[in-house]
Amino acid sequence: MQLFLPIAEVSVNAFVLLGIGGLVGFLSGMFGVGGGFLITPLLMLIGVPSGVAVATGANQVVASSISGVLAQFKRRAVDMKMGSVLTIGGLAGSTFGGWVFDLMSKLGQTDLFVQLSYVLFLGFVGGMMLTESVRALRRVGAPKVKRGKVHALVHDLPFKVKFRASGLYISIIPPVAAGFLVGFLSAIMGVGGGFIMVPMMIYILGMPTKVVVGTSLFQITFVTGYTTLVHAVTHHTVDMMLALLLIVGGVIGAQIGTKVGVKLKAEQLRILLSLMVLAVAVKIGFDLVLTPSELYSVSAR
Amino acid sequence: MKWLFALLLMALPVRAEDIVSGVSQSDVSITTNFNGTAILIYGAAIRDAPPPDWPLLQVIVTVEGPSTPLVIRKKERVAGIWQNRGVVDIASAPSFYAVATTGPLEDILSPGEDATYHVSIPSTIQAISGKEDEEAYVAALQRIRAASGQYRLAENSVLLLRQALFRTDVTLPANLVEGDYRVRIFLTRGGKVIDMQENVIDVQKAGLERWLYNLAMQQPLAYGVISLALAMIAGWGASELFRRFRL
Repeated sequence: MQLFLPIAEVSVNAFVLLGIGGLVGFLSGMFGVGGGFLITPLLMLIGVPSGVAVATGANQVVASSISGVLAQFKRRAVDMKMGSVLTIGGLAGSTFGGWVFDLMSKLGQTDLFVQLSYVLFLGFVGGMMLTESVRALRRVGAPKVKRGKVHALVHDLPFKVKFRASGLYISIIPPVAAGFLVGFLSAIMGVGGGFIMVPMMIYILGMPTKVVVGTSLFQITFVTGYTTLVHAVTHHTVDMMLALLLIVGGVIGAQIGTKVGVKLKAEQLRILLSLMVLAVAVKIGFDLVLTPSELYSVSAR
Repeated sequence: MKWLFALLLMALPVRAEDIVSGVSQSDVSITTNFNGTAILIYGAAIRDAPPPDWPLLQVIVTVEGPSTPLVIRKKERVAGIWQNRGVVDIASAPSFYAVATTGPLEDILSPGEDATYHVSIPSTIQAISGKEDEEAYVAALQRIRAASGQYRLAENSVLLLRQALFRTDVTLPANLVEGDYRVRIFLTRGGKVIDMQENVIDVQKAGLERWLYNLAMQQPLAYGVISLALAMIAGWGASELFRRFRL
């Protein structure tokens, strides 16, 4: 069934959109990531303009994250206080990212900028997670070395705050900085940022795994909601029709994903997620290096 | 005087050919299930006097979407990575342009007439950079838009019966830009335009498409809030649904 999208101004198959939404929602529920790093490239692949893909992707992430965060709330797996601190950093980062994005589009380097960010961040995070998880799987039963080591940094900085749900008494600066970075990425890559938030929570903030997924979804919901509003107001690039179809597929996928995620071990989850993140990074990396079939591109002035 | 008389004789029947034409649709509504549409353009050459035997009457039909300024960029390999380097500004290029003819465009329209009426695809694109390699960029624009179906040259696709009646179909693609689409019909003989007629097709979004588009452009904050609310209700609703039914 072909559908004409009012803002994207392209005609696409409704079932393709439902399928993309479902797949991304499933991963969202399973890994606690928003799935934006998949939805934005997928939408561009089917012919949606990149601006609309980024903005509408953010809108879809709101729906799948909220459905995920509610599921996590019931399991008491959300650290509200930590989530709020991360969100404050995230809103500032998103605003700054939007400003940088506008600068890049003026220079005509948006695509390169977005692609390089994807390769760099996804490659780094994916590689780090994969090596960590494989190492962890090998020394089954051994104590977690990582958590003790990071505590030095988060303890030495000032403005210490108690995060009861996470069982932490740490400086407020690292979580705000982490939130800022993720908010920045949200604006320039059209992603929720869960793929980088989850490892940062574990390895840098030293949060216990049981609250990581819920808290990252909590922060993602607010930051992507804010990103959606900013794009709608300044660029008019949120396509409600497109978002609705992605959401219908996404919310169903998210619920199934959450159930499947519970059955898998944390290490298995992390290996799967890291492999997927790496696959996207490699694909985009190849696009940058291989000679494109069309050297020229046309855009509005 | 003799040559003047001869000239008049040649010119007279030429001037006396007029176009009567019609378009199957004077407006196109882009609705939710819009997937492109075919426009039938038909007409006849009416005359006061018998037509000359030679050169033969030829018909050219053009359909032109709203023009916009554009930027064309060229990628170059820098440090192993392909990135945009060269830039050429285009003052104006049609968002859609289709040419249908009764024969090879080069043969039935002289370069001078093309320059006057902007009939061929290249003549509709106005580049302004003045750069040496501008032509390569303009050629790329034509290539890219031809590949996406936005620019089309369909020679021999106008059916001309008994040197008088003509018809052709022009398919408008699904990715249409809103605005007035100009339909022009040219009659030519020996490369010279002897009559031209213009019609307009109004392409507009309609229904839900129109409403959403207007809201997004005119009330962007309200639109953004509705988008968010919709996302939250859908997310929460699904969560509740799954909980109730324990799926």
